[in-house]
Amino acid sequence: MSSLISVNNLTRRYGNICAVNNISFELATGDILGFLGPNGAGKSTTMQMLTGNLAPTLGEISINGVDLLENPKAAKTSLGYLPETPPLYKEMTVAEYLQFCGQLHRINKQALSSVCDSAIERCGLGNVRKRLIRNLSKGYQQRVGIAQAILHSPPVIILDEPTVGLDPIQILEIRQLIKTLGQTHGIILCTHILPEVQAVCNRVQIINQGELVYSADMADMLSRQTGRFEITLSSKLDDIKLSDHRVFTAVEFIDGYHFSAESDLSAEQLTEYIVQQQWGLTRFTTQQTSLEQIFIDLTLADTNTADERTANKDLNNEKRQSNAA
Amino acid sequence: MILVIAKREFRSLFLSPLAWVILAVVQVILAWSFFTSIDVFFSIQADLGTLKNAPGVTDLVISPLFEVASIILLMVTPLLTMRLISEEKRNKTMSLLLSAPVSITEIVLGKYLGLLFFILTMLFLIVLMPLSLSMGTELDYEKLFSGAFGLFLMLAAFSAAGLYMSSLTDNPMIAAISTFGLLLLLRMINMNSASAGGGENVLAYLSLHTHFTALLRGIVNSRDIAYFLLFIFGFVVLAIRQLETQRLQS
Repeated sequence: MSSLISVNNLTRRYGNICAVNNISFELATGDILGFLGPNGAGKSTTMQMLTGNLAPTLGEISINGVDLLENPKAAKTSLGYLPETPPLYKEMTVAEYLQFCGQLHRINKQALSSVCDSAIERCGLGNVRKRLIRNLSKGYQQRVGIAQAILHSPPVIILDEPTVGLDPIQILEIRQLIKTLGQTHGIILCTHILPEVQAVCNRVQIINQGELVYSADMADMLSRQTGRFEITLSSKLDDIKLSDHRVFTAVEFIDGYHFSAESDLSAEQLTEYIVQQQWGLTRFTTQQTSLEQIFIDLTLADTNTADERTANKDLNNEKRQSNAA
Repeated sequence: MILVIAKREFRSLFLSPLAWVILAVVQVILAWSFFTSIDVFFSIQADLGTLKNAPGVTDLVISPLFEVASIILLMVTPLLTMRLISEEKRNKTMSLLLSAPVSITEIVLGKYLGLLFFILTMLFLIVLMPLSLSMGTELDYEKLFSGAFGLFLMLAAFSAAGLYMSSLTDNPMIAAISTFGLLLLLRMINMNSASAGGGENVLAYLSLHTHFTALLRGIVNSRDIAYFLLFIFGFVVLAIRQLETQRLQS
């Protein structure tokens, strides 16, 4: 099976409001897809449609090769979902709750307790397994929610803001867990936390006002350089007269020894050039397009995005074709 | 799958104090009513002996007990049904069930069945009281069980209506009040026709009470049973349809 999730022209309207407009994307095994967007962009609506909580107005969803709308029961067996609010029965203990979830997913009786144990262990719930969920802290409740989503080791795991309410160490643990799971499963990670996406995901999509405005491989995105460099020298910039050196364009002075500039030369050539000038180079960095920059560009400046949107649609089309091939 | 959901529903009822309090309160009130009707029976027992075809202990003690039980449970059942679906919606646990490989029909039937288990438990405790009389006297078991069966069908009908009301809202209080209103209306709907003496009109047929009293008198009529089954089936299907529609519209 080439793709775990394939979504085609998905649209959802609430009355006159179009929450999700004509979205298409794919998810393959080994993908950890970061799904980003500002509040109200349609992230959760999309996730709810993917998990069968909400019926789409238009479009097709297939999960692990099974059509979700035509054959929901079979499609949902390949699905683990942690919604924004973890769906916990608070009057049950952690172990009871996970057993119930296991039964819901038709895990047979012999395997049930070992499956629950492994989920409990993976999410670090060992010392609270006999406690009532009601009495657990927010972080532990969140972890029970994650345990529920990965319990039956579904091929597709959808996590809606999984690290909300966790402390920094738990966040690292959960990210590690997601990375490990990502090797054998397909994961969609919905979040506001951009560094998290950068740390965990290998693909990123940005949705704004119901439309998919950006979709790229994380490696591609990070490797794309702006051609802008940040340079610190030990000699005073006043003595150098940078304007005489044509290799630098769009120079911005940061302080007396520190400036940033664009250049047509590669990083290697540029460092060589600076060393030849004997300016006492102390620091040289290339600026990357940060995810944050892209996110802000796409979601804030609506006037500028029109061109980029079409550009990204082309990108999406290319992707779809390559996937289809 | 239906059983898994039913079992959880049944257990979670007992994990909250509500179920225990309801069982206790219902039992105490019915025990008092049982006790008073036995007292009345003893005081008129001597006179009864002089009558031909006199009503027995089953008619004078057990039938009134079931009658009272049906009135009390009309008030109590909405409290049991109110949280069935509305609380899942309010606590957002519904998405666990909806994203699991179970259909909405299974979810609704599971919840309904879970509640029926509880109703059976309650009914068992109620029937124990008249059964205890068998130690001292001869009982009309057929009439007793036909009455208990009627009470069960009545409660199952109450529950189905409550289930539907609970699927309409995410506020348990509103679900409880509207269930209570509906049940009370259906019970009282034949009041004027009963006073007018016409038992055969539409209102009388619609009333839950007409069909219950027949079973209470020991008349097991397929017409009454069909009424209850249709009532239950109708509301369960409505609840399923309601949840399906909510998935489409939200």
